[in-house]
Amino acid sequence: MIATHSDAPGAPTSAPPKAGTPATEVTDGAAAGGAGVPHVVGRVDDVPPGEGRAFVAGDVQVAVFRLRDGSLHATQAACPHSGGPLADGQTDATVLVCPLHLYAFRWSDGTCTSTAPPVRLFPVSDQDGALVVTV
Amino acid sequence: MTAVLGGRPAGVSTLHFAMDDADGTDSRQRLVVVGNGMAGARVVEEVLERGGGEQFAITVFGEEPHGNYNRIMLSHVLAGEEHEDDIVLNSHDWYADQGVTLRAGVRVDRIDTHAKIVYAADGTTTAYDQLVLATGSRSFIPPMTGLYTADEQLLPGVFGFRTIDDTRAMLAAAAEHERVVVVGGGLLGLEAARALQGHGLQVEVVHAGTHLMNQQLDPDGGAILKNSVEALGIVVHLATRTTEAIGPDRVRGVVLADGRAVDADMLVIAAGIRPVTEVALLSGLEVERGIVVDDQLRTDDPDVYAVGECAQHRGELYGLVAPVWEQARVLADLLTGADPDAEYHGSRTATKLKVAGVDVATMGVNRPERDTDEFLVISEPRRGVHLSVVVRDDKLVGATLLGDTRKVAFLTQAFDRGTPLPAERIRLLVDLSDGAAEVGVAEMPGDSQVCNCNGVTKQALVDTVKAGTTSVGGCMDATRAGKGCGSCKLLVKQVVEWAADGDVQEDPAESWYVPGIPLPKPELIAAIRDQQLRSVSAVFTALAPGGEEDAKSKMGLTSLLRLVWGAEYEQENDAKFINDRVHGNIQRDGTFSVVPQMKGGVTTPAQLRKIADVAEKYEVPMVKVTGGQRIDLLGVRKEDLPAMWADLGMPSGYAYGKSFRTVKTCVGTDFCRFGLGDSTQLGIDLETRFQGIESPAKIKMAVVGCPRNCAEAYVKDVGVVAVGNGKWEVYVGGAAGATIRKGDLLATVDSPAAVMELSGRFIQYYRENANWLERTYDFVPRVGLDHIKAVLLEGSEEVLADLDAGLQRSIDAYTDPWGQDGAQPATPGQFRTALPLVDLPMVPVR
Repeated sequence: MIATHSDAPGAPTSAPPKAGTPATEVTDGAAAGGAGVPHVVGRVDDVPPGEGRAFVAGDVQVAVFRLRDGSLHATQAACPHSGGPLADGQTDATVLVCPLHLYAFRWSDGTCTSTAPPVRLFPVSDQDGALVVTV
Repeated sequence: MTAVLGGRPAGVSTLHFAMDDADGTDSRQRLVVVGNGMAGARVVEEVLERGGGEQFAITVFGEEPHGNYNRIMLSHVLAGEEHEDDIVLNSHDWYADQGVTLRAGVRVDRIDTHAKIVYAADGTTTAYDQLVLATGSRSFIPPMTGLYTADEQLLPGVFGFRTIDDTRAMLAAAAEHERVVVVGGGLLGLEAARALQGHGLQVEVVHAGTHLMNQQLDPDGGAILKNSVEALGIVVHLATRTTEAIGPDRVRGVVLADGRAVDADMLVIAAGIRPVTEVALLSGLEVERGIVVDDQLRTDDPDVYAVGECAQHRGELYGLVAPVWEQARVLADLLTGADPDAEYHGSRTATKLKVAGVDVATMGVNRPERDTDEFLVISEPRRGVHLSVVVRDDKLVGATLLGDTRKVAFLTQAFDRGTPLPAERIRLLVDLSDGAAEVGVAEMPGDSQVCNCNGVTKQALVDTVKAGTTSVGGCMDATRAGKGCGSCKLLVKQVVEWAADGDVQEDPAESWYVPGIPLPKPELIAAIRDQQLRSVSAVFTALAPGGEEDAKSKMGLTSLLRLVWGAEYEQENDAKFINDRVHGNIQRDGTFSVVPQMKGGVTTPAQLRKIADVAEKYEVPMVKVTGGQRIDLLGVRKEDLPAMWADLGMPSGYAYGKSFRTVKTCVGTDFCRFGLGDSTQLGIDLETRFQGIESPAKIKMAVVGCPRNCAEAYVKDVGVVAVGNGKWEVYVGGAAGATIRKGDLLATVDSPAAVMELSGRFIQYYRENANWLERTYDFVPRVGLDHIKAVLLEGSEEVLADLDAGLQRSIDAYTDPWGQDGAQPATPGQFRTALPLVDLPMVPVR
């Protein structure tokens, strides 16, 4: 028998995915580019200061970070190195560090400080407490 | 054979572009360097690197017409292993590009230090503000009848071995002749002998000393080297001089002191070098064996400096490249004002090379000098191996490795930094812990993997160094070598040091506890206590440069604050690694593993039934027995964690933290017919006492009831072995992971209570003194078992009471994280998924 997450219906887990809720399905949407569409993905308060959380913006999985200085950043949700959950990473004012193999990516342009490919960055803003990510 | 090495395609350019002698509008000081060898050119490079091109109009005089080349490699050119173009360090074009005036092929005669003018042999005069003498050395030609022709030239067929022109002349002669005598059985002579033999010549070496390489080797080592050299077919004559060169038109042979004549049509003189000091002498500077300089490399004239082989510092002359590099750095710091107080305090000379196909590494003294010196020799003449070390006051003061240089990295470090030595001195020379054959760094093929975790090859590291990153930490950052399990760090360091050829930048961050706070651990702990810093963000604000936080420092700081403050630590979830935020070990697909506590590896049917129920309820993809005698539920979604913990009703096993993990046990006296002590109960008691204690790296323990070692106590961070009569041995610093190491016996004690006390003190001592992520198997040898014994077994009551109190503070602060956060999340969305992100992995349930 082979059991994986994707074929485990009825398991006592979180509710099925819908836009604007935490991500539970794999979609790695189209690359950013063009004008981009803003999506309200949640409340700013959903992301505790210093931490990151995963959301779905449209059909794109994103990780949103609220740094201790109050600034917001959004990246693709999966690490470009081997798919690690970036929202579980640690941050400082300069970089985001993936929890799996500790590759670090710069907020400034998404490039890796060592050898991994870059992460995609998305514009993110606080609009009256709503968390808006443009993808 | 007149091509200019590193010259312009059209030949030597005598053009120079500095403005100073054109119209006098150059306001820069005039820096003149006499000597364009490795020392002189290096000074220029170091000055330019410090922005000295703005401060100085630089002129370099070189007696040879060539650019600057790597003299060390001449023996390789002679052997035909390197092309002469490949040993050019700085071509004529380089000087032009840097705006440096190179007066190649122009000898300097003397200096007027009052008028500050350099007089050159071509009749020109050059004014200077600051002058550097780097005149190097020349071959010493011992007195010998018939060596010179009537016009004071060396007899045709006689060669020194010092310059590229010497090398070219020898190569030309080697093609036409058959028999060569090399005078001098030192390093240079043997290199010449081996190289010329490679061209098909019959070679005889005449050496005045009683053994080969007597500068570096003791007589026994020299004798073994002689065997190796003779095995190559080179004839060696010891303890005799060459008294006469047989001529008359060209060399036909030599006569030795004992009257024997040896036929030869080439004679190579490699009998040592002498500093070139004529310019300094004629200029009235103080000269003894070399040009005398002080700690700022100044001669007795305040504007004249000397560096390299011509300089005599504190009575020492240096003929190796590493001290010359050091001198050049100090001098450039002084000249440019980068560090006006820079001083050179002499070098501890260590060298590693290949002589006549034999690996040789030497450092410091080669034999004992005092009655109290320890001297260890391993001699294997048949294998051509001779190893020795000299230890004085527990410090390595000398080592000689011939034929086997595998231990050179460790010895060099012990020699340079005075790091603690193993109590069993034989470990200095031989690896007793594992029989695996180690390959020397130099011999490793480029594509061999250095860091297996991140797939970094030796070549990748070498390329990084060649591209300009010459600190070990910088190379690790750039390639990620050593950033996985960390077991390859020493090898990475060795490769970088080898690739940088001894020119490694000291990495100040190496002594820091975490990269983001420039303090070593003791100073950092003191600052945290003094300034009452209780949260990671407070530490960054108070102690980081610019108050800037650093992501990669947060985990280590969280651990340290918990050590210092116990329950009074102010928790910040973002300062914790994800494992510590959700109390599970993150897996490659972003799921987590759940390992309930199972003290001593002892469980019950009820507990197993509960685990089985939970695994089914949450469709856990894999259930596995761990190496630590527990049960691992793998592939658990983050959002399921709190509910699972509640259903399990068991405390966390801490299988995810940089913390005390578990105690493995055997069945001890309860059932085993061999058991000598109740290892099971002691293991349970130890785990109860130390559960959840955070530490610099994970701590794994084991207790076994007899030396059969069924629970592998000999290879644990702390291992306890019952040896009968109520006695227990406590081992520390063992490992059986990426590194295999048998623990060191800390003490034999006579009760379980004493085991608890001693292992607790060791754990606390390790927590307070180890570097972040430094496992006990590195910590114990670094600090030294003797030192640890002195503190823990013979230390003052006060120190021991502090250790006990520090540990107790953390024990009192223990709460089960599953019980705590399961009921009330630490931050909103603590267990919200960041998953699933990719279709990984399809872990089969078997």
